[in-house]
Amino acid sequence: MENTNEATLELLQKQVDVLTKKVGKLEKNRKDQLSMAVVSGDMDKILATMVISLAAAAMDTKVKLFFSFWSLSALRDPKKSPTGKDFISKMFGIMLPKSKNHLSLSNMNMAGMGPMMIKMLMKKKNVLSLDEMFKQAGELGIEITICEMSMGLMGFQPEEMIDYPHLRYAGAATFVADAGESAMQLFI
Amino acid sequence: MTTEELKNVKSNLTVDARGTACPGPLLAAKKAIGEIESGEIMEILSADEGTKNDIPRWCEKVGHEYLGFYDEDSFSRLFLIKE
Repeated sequence: MENTNEATLELLQKQVDVLTKKVGKLEKNRKDQLSMAVVSGDMDKILATMVISLAAAAMDTKVKLFFSFWSLSALRDPKKSPTGKDFISKMFGIMLPKSKNHLSLSNMNMAGMGPMMIKMLMKKKNVLSLDEMFKQAGELGIEITICEMSMGLMGFQPEEMIDYPHLRYAGAATFVADAGESAMQLFI
Repeated sequence: MTTEELKNVKSNLTVDARGTACPGPLLAAKKAIGEIESGEIMEILSADEGTKNDIPRWCEKVGHEYLGFYDEDSFSRLFLIKE
């Protein structure tokens, strides 16, 4: 009887050792880092992205944002006008929001009335504006990576994107690599 | 710390973040913490209810010692000791 008990204990101990090793490995691989894939271009979702990123950065977590598809509109600079676009790219450029201040709401947009009301409320309730949030994000070292493929797909050019201190262009593998070593990954 | 004890705390730096909502007070605290030395006390004024939960979590993660808060009429005072 005692022998079987000892054997079980030994077996358990072995399993614990294996698990400890695995956990150690995982802990080493996962940095205190937040990776977000931002795909939506709705005002509310970009707001959520920025609020969470700023909170994380303030808590000393490294933040890496990967912008692709509709979210690229939020990174356009309305003051810049790119040249040499083909017809479809021009159409996309005209039909998509011209900057983070031109985004629609995913709900209650009401032909632009919704965003106007939200902006008024944000001001009244002392919530930072998107412009201010991007400025703070730059100061806190939040990295923004723009999906190269989405740029090509939508016909956007680097010349029409915002001036942001930690901006780079890369592909999906960059996001996967960043996300893989992050303790937190979010998709918006 | 009790409210009475907190009222007697002499802070080295007071950060007035009453004019901003979440995550404004946290950002203000993060910016200001660099201005004081380790072991010194920072006081944060916030009118944002969520801050009462956020600042202790920030302290826990970053290593500062959270002392507590007490409410004034329209805002709260939060206290912490820098790591």
